[in-house]
Amino acid sequence: MDFGNILTNAFGEMISPTTAAYALAALGLAVHFGYSGLLNFGQAGFMAVGAYGYAISTLTFNAPLPVAVLVALLSSVIFAIVLGIPTLRLRADYLAIVTIAAAEIVRYIVTTNGLTDVTGSANGLAAFEGGFYELNPFLNDSYNVGPLAMSGRDLWIRIVGWSVVVLACLIVWLLMRSPWGRVLKGIREDENAVRSLGKNVYAYKMQALVIGGILGSLAGIIFTLPRGAVQPANYATELTFFLYTCLLLGGMATVLGPVIGAMVFWVVLSLTQGLLYGAIEVGAITFLSNVQAGQLRYILVGVALMLLMVFRPQGVLGNKKELAFA
Amino acid sequence: MLLLVLGFLATVLLSAPSAQALQPAVPATQPAAVSSSAQSQEFENRISGVLRGVDGPIADVTVTAAGNGFDGEATSGPNGAWTIGVPEQGTYEVAIDEDTLPDGIALAEGQANPREVTFAGTTTASTLFLFGEGIVTTTTSFWDTLAERALAGFSFGLLLALSAVGLSLIFGTTGLTNFAHGEMVTMGAVLTFGFAALGLPAPAAIILAVLGGGLLGYVQDAGLWKPLRRRGSGLVPMMIVSIGLALALRYIIQFNFGGATQQLPGSQSAIIDIGSVSISRNNLTSLIISLVVILLVAFLLLRTRVGKATRAVADNQALAAASGIDVDRVIRLVWVIGGMLAALGGILWAYYRPGVSFNMGQQILLLIFAGVVLGGLGTVFGALLGSIIVGLFVEISTLWLEADLKYVGALLIMILVLLFRPQGILGRKERIG
Repeated sequence: MDFGNILTNAFGEMISPTTAAYALAALGLAVHFGYSGLLNFGQAGFMAVGAYGYAISTLTFNAPLPVAVLVALLSSVIFAIVLGIPTLRLRADYLAIVTIAAAEIVRYIVTTNGLTDVTGSANGLAAFEGGFYELNPFLNDSYNVGPLAMSGRDLWIRIVGWSVVVLACLIVWLLMRSPWGRVLKGIREDENAVRSLGKNVYAYKMQALVIGGILGSLAGIIFTLPRGAVQPANYATELTFFLYTCLLLGGMATVLGPVIGAMVFWVVLSLTQGLLYGAIEVGAITFLSNVQAGQLRYILVGVALMLLMVFRPQGVLGNKKELAFA
Repeated sequence: MLLLVLGFLATVLLSAPSAQALQPAVPATQPAAVSSSAQSQEFENRISGVLRGVDGPIADVTVTAAGNGFDGEATSGPNGAWTIGVPEQGTYEVAIDEDTLPDGIALAEGQANPREVTFAGTTTASTLFLFGEGIVTTTTSFWDTLAERALAGFSFGLLLALSAVGLSLIFGTTGLTNFAHGEMVTMGAVLTFGFAALGLPAPAAIILAVLGGGLLGYVQDAGLWKPLRRRGSGLVPMMIVSIGLALALRYIIQFNFGGATQQLPGSQSAIIDIGSVSISRNNLTSLIISLVVILLVAFLLLRTRVGKATRAVADNQALAAASGIDVDRVIRLVWVIGGMLAALGGILWAYYRPGVSFNMGQQILLLIFAGVVLGGLGTVFGALLGSIIVGLFVEISTLWLEADLKYVGALLIMILVLLFRPQGILGRKERIG
């Protein structure tokens, strides 16, 4: 077992574009759930809308990069509004069921064979990332980041991805300390009290849903760019549940919590994989196959989600007083 | 406590030897119903069909499939059915070896052989070879097709209702929206497969699996939900805990069962014709079983003391406790019955699809939710009604919609109902808050 290698891989996961995408999507969930108390179980749907919006406008309509990103963001705004109209007046568990159903509807629609020309059905779409990498200023073959060596393309997507995360954190932080953010937190604590002050609770909730959704769709784009492919199987309900694990790890009513939660999530997954595979390789563990070791990690994710919720619902950074539920 | 529950589940599953190891035992329990050459078990994706001539099924005909760098072969069984497992979805060239056809039977005119078969986003693709002179595809009338879909939908709706009634009872008495219900459904089918693979006859395996489902419900309540209720956990945290439980259970099942789709004994059954409508024997049996069980549950709820106590707890917990009802006992009973109903629903779902896989419960969880929400969260008869509507809608919508979109319609209907009648068909307004 090569511990140096395992640690290097874990560091690689910590700054990978996937982690950045998870952080961004979890930040969107923090706006929804942590700050506004909206139980959105359809964040995977928002990510899918972003990714497909970007890929389809690039491939089918030959849109340039800024237009494609704009289309992706606009589609997620529309998705949020369509989702919000029937559900924002209802209780939390209805919103949860409807959002998870809506995310699955999106996934079924992009998987159907009837739309293969546009969505590529189960195989998904590929080769839409050209426009993004044309802007890449890092043209050398290899760059060193700490112990890691990576290509110019890898460096470029990491820099862009994490810059977006930093920017989004800044915006969310500013929003939440503004009067608008205080109304939102008020809604989370007591909707009727805020309504009695003459605020339009419904409009505030809708705005929060839209902002979190935009973060989700940006995350969807960053998630697909390094892969160069978008496939419906990546946007199943598990993705949303992993995002909730990240959010609860970090602390749900915090700005940095989702980011740290996403990093911890991926580092732990990478470390357990490295250690388990290493132990299997040297023969210390004989009762597991490599495939089973992979599944064992996700059993741990489920158990971690339960234990976190039961014993430390405020997460690493959170404040117990600021929970979306009493 | 949590670890205890998971440990228990793990030992239950581990004590049944892992599914892969039992592979050879499977064909033995399947009395030559399918021509299951071993390879059809190996892959998740299957091409299948039934060969029928004028006089009935045609057995012992060799069928081959080639494509995507793969060659497979199967012979049709006594009921004319053949299945070829293929490694990936895609387009395959399927051919019948005409030399193996019995005397006097030939492919009908215009029947392409070989022909191309393409997967439509599902794990099974089927193709029909028609035999005999002058036989053309029989065009069934629209109303016959509708009646056939409706019958299948009714059968599907009732099996959904089994799980939905359990979910709704649990919601009604504890307020918990249980996202782990899908895994309780899967557990029923997986346990049946495990017991059948140990050599038990199918009815015994099914009964044991249903009891196992009840045990799972009991353990869940005693080890996890009751302590959480004691702590006074809110409903939203409990919902998220149920998601963690769902993830953990799903991967524990996959860990032990593997990722492949397996078949329960007797998964291929004859087609029964009722008038102009035909339904497979399994679907008809499933319809009757679920109907009987649901009537039984309805009787329990409406006519027994325990049922009355359950309805009282669902209506007003504090008042029920004050009038001397042991609320914890009622909730424990609801979990056991809910677990048993979910397990039975899972077994019937495994025959309906057909196939057992680790994520089969997750696939219908949202349809179960749709049924429950349609009828009204917390109402038992609403869940029954809603599930039947969802089942009918899913099957009948395939007349117009592509088959891979059939679940979309049911989910859309749920969202629309929430727009106009958020309390559901039989729900009461006060519950929607």
